[in-house]
Amino acid sequence: MTDTSSKYLVDERGYFGKFGGAYIPEMLYPNVEELRENYLKIINEHGFKERFDQLLKDYVGRPTPLYHAARLSEKYGAKIYLKREDLCHTGAHKVNNTIGQILVAEALGKKKIIAETGAGQHGVATATVCALMGLECIVYMGEVDMARQKPNVERMKILGAEVRPATSGSKTLKDATNEAMRHWINNPADTHYIIGSVVGPHPYPDMVARFQSVISEEIKHQLLEKEGKSDPDYVFACVGGGSNAAGAYYHFLGHENVKLIATEAAGLGNHSGKSAATTALGREGVLHGSRTILMQTDDGQVVEPYSISAGLDYPGIGPFHAHLFDSGRALFESITDEQAMTAGVLLSKLEGIIPAVESSHALAALENFQFKSDDIVVVNLSGRGDKDLETYIKWGKY
Amino acid sequence: MKNRIDQAFQDKKRDLLNVYFTAGYPALEDTMRVAVALEEGGADVLEIGLPFSDPVADGPTIQASSTQALENGMTLVKLFDQLKDLRSRVSIPVLMMGYINPVLQYGIERFCAKCEEVGVDGLILPDLPMYEYEELYQPLFEKHGLYNVFLVTPQTSDNRIKKIDELSNGFIYMVAASSITGAKSDISATQVEYFNRVNAMGLKNPRMIGFGISNYATFSKACEYADGAIVGSAFIKQLSQDASDQAIKLFVKSIKNPS
Repeated sequence: MTDTSSKYLVDERGYFGKFGGAYIPEMLYPNVEELRENYLKIINEHGFKERFDQLLKDYVGRPTPLYHAARLSEKYGAKIYLKREDLCHTGAHKVNNTIGQILVAEALGKKKIIAETGAGQHGVATATVCALMGLECIVYMGEVDMARQKPNVERMKILGAEVRPATSGSKTLKDATNEAMRHWINNPADTHYIIGSVVGPHPYPDMVARFQSVISEEIKHQLLEKEGKSDPDYVFACVGGGSNAAGAYYHFLGHENVKLIATEAAGLGNHSGKSAATTALGREGVLHGSRTILMQTDDGQVVEPYSISAGLDYPGIGPFHAHLFDSGRALFESITDEQAMTAGVLLSKLEGIIPAVESSHALAALENFQFKSDDIVVVNLSGRGDKDLETYIKWGKY
Repeated sequence: MKNRIDQAFQDKKRDLLNVYFTAGYPALEDTMRVAVALEEGGADVLEIGLPFSDPVADGPTIQASSTQALENGMTLVKLFDQLKDLRSRVSIPVLMMGYINPVLQYGIERFCAKCEEVGVDGLILPDLPMYEYEELYQPLFEKHGLYNVFLVTPQTSDNRIKKIDELSNGFIYMVAASSITGAKSDISATQVEYFNRVNAMGLKNPRMIGFGISNYATFSKACEYADGAIVGSAFIKQLSQDASDQAIKLFVKSIKNPS
């Protein structure tokens, strides 16, 4: 079988197909260029890999289990495995990336860390590794998100981070990203910006995907052990910016027999004006430093997205995913708030696992497929639902 | 015809004042009125800002003006309509400054053609990568007589400054400090060192200094190290308080020659 992964991974110019690149003002260029010149060298060093793996094992708790969900399997008539990223330290896959980037920051001699966060998971994961390494940490978070994810705000503060509200625009993730970029412009020398998803200018999408690729690397080994073959028939993952999906797909990209299913948040429905389903509603453009697909007006202004899930409430997707969509390699599905919440409650009742509302979007898409009984389906359970208790309570249908 | 930007630098008898303002601000139909008042007040070059929803390089003052302009209903279609009589009312050089996404959505070829049609002289698109300009857009800009102005910052390497100089025409926008717009308000020894370093490079393009220029003192100080300077946030602040023709003219006078 031929491996076609080079068609889907970043090229030497920083593009995934026609998406990616570095569309940044000159004020950001030296920071991004420093990272671009050094990131591969740093992460390929033997000492780096060793420390990264060690921290993932002893601190994060990897490998995370690949759990055969028997009752869920019975319901959908396929062999369904859950990749338990929800069991990572801090409650989601986000920490895989922040561990990697804090080591890169250290190698670059940076003393201060900034980050943006939507649901707060990436902020918490960043605050966590900053505490671990004793680095100063500032997290930008939309004012609206701070209100709806209050426990995570407090978690970051307990961990010693400063949380700064983003008060411009829609006061959500995209605005927190704008504010973090501005902070970086104003503090170029001693600060590293830990972007939390496969978004932003090159090399971020590639670097973050590499750190998250541990997810699919483990899935391969675990499936081989459990099923005698390393390729599943399907991999399901939710996509906001797309970091958990990038990690879950990474080592399967070149195996075209593995169907990749990406689920986007359709909020109250794609025709309601309250959605975050980028590929359904967006088109090609430039946002946060990369050429990608984004939701925008005819005039090229970025549209405010909506989803019940703060982690999927982003008007774009990473260039990695824009290319998977454009090339047809991944199939994109829109999942509404209602479908996601229903799937989250279903998993709780069937398997005793309360998933993050983000991950529930991936679970909900199982409804849309007719599986064969011997199909092996992996759902990337990117995070746990603790942070979403209030959302579940407000939803009430359980 | 010679590009008006070259003409301005060639005819220069005094330090050139370049004023940035956001299209469609404070009121939607203010664009042309503000431009005319600025020229009458004594501005030498104009930069018309194209409002964008996510202006990462700008500080709160300019972002707020962009948000207001978008709420007012400003679009590129609307702007070109407002500017159709530009050259019967404004004679100084006019540049458009904005983020790349709205331009891409409008269509870059159509955008360049429209700029030429209304008499725009140059473009400043801070998030347009140099390689993309060089590979894709340079011939298009040239065909429509549009100058492309790149930014340099204190962190820009000498090699990159040389490359930027090669690809720029008209002038180079020397960002005074590593900051977003409107962030700092005086000129330090480190900045002077940077200005001197760039000036010693023997570049083909003249320079204008921007970011943090807010009054006569900073303007005249900056002009010791360049052919002119750019005022943005300070002028937007003025517009937010009083946008009358008289206030605009007084503002320009206060920057260039307060006595």
